[in-house]
Amino acid sequence: MRFQIYRYNPDVDAKPHMQFYDVPMEPTDRMLLDALVRIKIEDDTFSFRRSCREGVCGSDAMNINGKNGLACITKLADLQEPVMIRPLPGLPVIRDLIVDMSQFFKQYHSIKPYVVNDTPPPETERLQSPEDREELNGLYECILCACCSTSCPSFWWNPDKFVGPAGLLQAYRFIADTRDQATNERLDNLEDPYRLFRCHSIMNCVDVCPKNLNPTKAIGKIKDLLVKRTV
Amino acid sequence: MGIARRQFDAVVVGAGGSGLRAALQLAESNLKVAVLSKVFPTRSHTVAAQGGVSASLGNEEPDNWHWHMYDTVKGSDYLGDQDAIEFMCRKACDAVVELEHYGMPFDRLDNGKIYQRPFGGHTSNYGERAIKRACAAADRTGHAMLHTLYQRNVRAHTQFFVEWMALDLIRNQQGDVLGVVALEMETGEVMILQSKATLLATGGAGRIYSASTNAFINTGDGLGMAARAGIPLEDMEFWQFHPTGVAGAGVLITEGVRGEGGFLLNKNGERFMERYAPTVKDLASRDVVARAMATEIKEGRGAGKDGEYILLKLDHLGADVIDKRLPGIREIAKKFANVDPATDPIPVVPTCHYQMGGVPTNVQGQAVMPDGKGGEKIVKGLYAAGECACVSVHGANRLGTNSLLDLLVFGKSAGQQVVKDIAAEVVSMPDLPADAADKTMARLTRLDTATTGERVSDVGGEMRRTMQAHCGVFRFPDSMAEGVKKMLAVAERAKSTFIQDKSKVFNTARVEALELDNLIEVALSTMISANARQESRGAHDRSDFPNRDDKNWMKHSLWFKDGNRLEYKAVQLKPLTVESFEPKARVY
Repeated sequence: MRFQIYRYNPDVDAKPHMQFYDVPMEPTDRMLLDALVRIKIEDDTFSFRRSCREGVCGSDAMNINGKNGLACITKLADLQEPVMIRPLPGLPVIRDLIVDMSQFFKQYHSIKPYVVNDTPPPETERLQSPEDREELNGLYECILCACCSTSCPSFWWNPDKFVGPAGLLQAYRFIADTRDQATNERLDNLEDPYRLFRCHSIMNCVDVCPKNLNPTKAIGKIKDLLVKRTV
Repeated sequence: MGIARRQFDAVVVGAGGSGLRAALQLAESNLKVAVLSKVFPTRSHTVAAQGGVSASLGNEEPDNWHWHMYDTVKGSDYLGDQDAIEFMCRKACDAVVELEHYGMPFDRLDNGKIYQRPFGGHTSNYGERAIKRACAAADRTGHAMLHTLYQRNVRAHTQFFVEWMALDLIRNQQGDVLGVVALEMETGEVMILQSKATLLATGGAGRIYSASTNAFINTGDGLGMAARAGIPLEDMEFWQFHPTGVAGAGVLITEGVRGEGGFLLNKNGERFMERYAPTVKDLASRDVVARAMATEIKEGRGAGKDGEYILLKLDHLGADVIDKRLPGIREIAKKFANVDPATDPIPVVPTCHYQMGGVPTNVQGQAVMPDGKGGEKIVKGLYAAGECACVSVHGANRLGTNSLLDLLVFGKSAGQQVVKDIAAEVVSMPDLPADAADKTMARLTRLDTATTGERVSDVGGEMRRTMQAHCGVFRFPDSMAEGVKKMLAVAERAKSTFIQDKSKVFNTARVEALELDNLIEVALSTMISANARQESRGAHDRSDFPNRDDKNWMKHSLWFKDGNRLEYKAVQLKPLTVESFEPKARVY
């Protein structure tokens, strides 16, 4: 199979370039990550992140034939050749496919990603009905791979001010949790021309999410709550 | 050599479940803590745990910690230390409830309590029938747990060193551990992190086998560091082969599938576990199920073109239950096995999954080793928790869901002990020896300057093939002896690895070469400990000694890197407060 891969090592390269690789594949090679591992065996200077190889850790997000996705759950058979691999767009490149995700995580941290509940905890679990728990489905499963935020034009323009789809999905995850008592503070924290309202429902995030989550829907629900709060 | 140095009260190596749980304890005690992780914390392999965490909450049916303790002792094939097992099972409910208070999104019952499902080896009333003890968040319990623990650490302002790899422990003449030498992957800089307490939480090393459910990062870094520093590794011959890894891909399919009512079939459509474990059938403990599957395959009753796998049937649960309780499994089966489990069975094989052995510790997470006078001493300054530690609660075979419990309970107790030891000045900040980083720098310099040598992938491949062929589910004396020879040769080859990439910036080739050094220590200790143990117990099954031998072998192995020496220590049969569970024949 033929691959065209973004290469850049600040130690030796003045600027990035695309490099072709022709890789003989084995029948057991199923996913794009299998091919990347094969390339790395032949050229160990090629750098990328990977870990679980089953789509739950979120390490190997990259831009594959123009669309963000996880290499480990992208089937080779579905890819058109030459397969064009680039780092996630919009974030500073450290080397090859490895991007600096500080800004992404800063936004995630900015939404206070933890349950706030100041009442003394009971001796047993806090009760939650199955229906209330169901509200968290489609939210808590996020793996923080950044496929969504780095496909979002609003995040490209304002990564420092716009929380981005991943962070906002998590903001809503805590708002939706019946055990959390900080809904008002969470809404205050987002009521600003940039943090939430830079989302223009372009829906790239929904299109690329490897876990089939829907940040746009969650953002819509936060907007609804803000409207409700003012009337 | 002018290596930068920083000082901390505590350094935690690893940010998976046990590292994060320990870190939380430390950060909330206002200590100055550095948590090192090769990957962003939520990418640690705890994230891949699926089925549940055990606790005798009794939300679905009556249960108590003593039944849980019995199951764990029996599951361990009586190699688990009963004091540690009592400690863990007694603390299970509090550990799970605490996690719920942190915000863990457990599934719920109609009455609002935490949902629990049956799991292998967990029974009611000392083995009577399967019990619902596994507290679950769908089939993403590990993901939910790891994220919850990370989130709680964000709240506690824990200081993380993300994409830092610890390379070696620093020990002084007295044998005290004084911190670590570590590599910042982004810059290639090496730094000494000096600390009063060093806590290893580096997880497992399942990557020593070709077929593994483990992530690429599971390379036993803490074990390699400990071994090189002269600390023994305990019970390394005991590796869990999870019954249901996707055939060919290795990806895990949770035991929760069988907990929810799925079962295994051979090519004749026979539910063969009825023959091997008449009472709990598919919910026997993992060593039993894995051996039964391997026997079916060996005797020609495997499914598939070459009879190479077993079928896991769950379509009878219906698409609704599957989507509600096992959504991740449906996703994985479609992607990695090309089947939709709502209509077709999943092809599965026993796959390397979990390391029962590790750095020997007591229940407070303090590393311990023989004192040379027939007793045991604490290694001052060193602590370990989770899969990289051997406390030993899992003995010769771990029960499903006890790993997540282990990391919660012992992550916390190790953290508490560090706090205590620092407050009491049991551990302090002695001067570093002048040669603190010399050995590490020599390893790095060799990699940086070598112009020829062995490819890391070649040596690693040979190691994985050797372990897979010579130290698998069934073990044979001649094959193991050959495996030892081969591993010694592989270890020799690993000393002359070569990488093309000499760059400072995010050099993953260098990281993989350093990881191989750790994997080699783990593989070698496994092969040598296995070859020496002349009995069959739990996950260690050898043809020439088919039975458990409590008279001669109810003892823990301790492997020392120096001379590949083995020592043994007694199993702690005496629990903390209750009567011992006497060893008896293990029937499910």
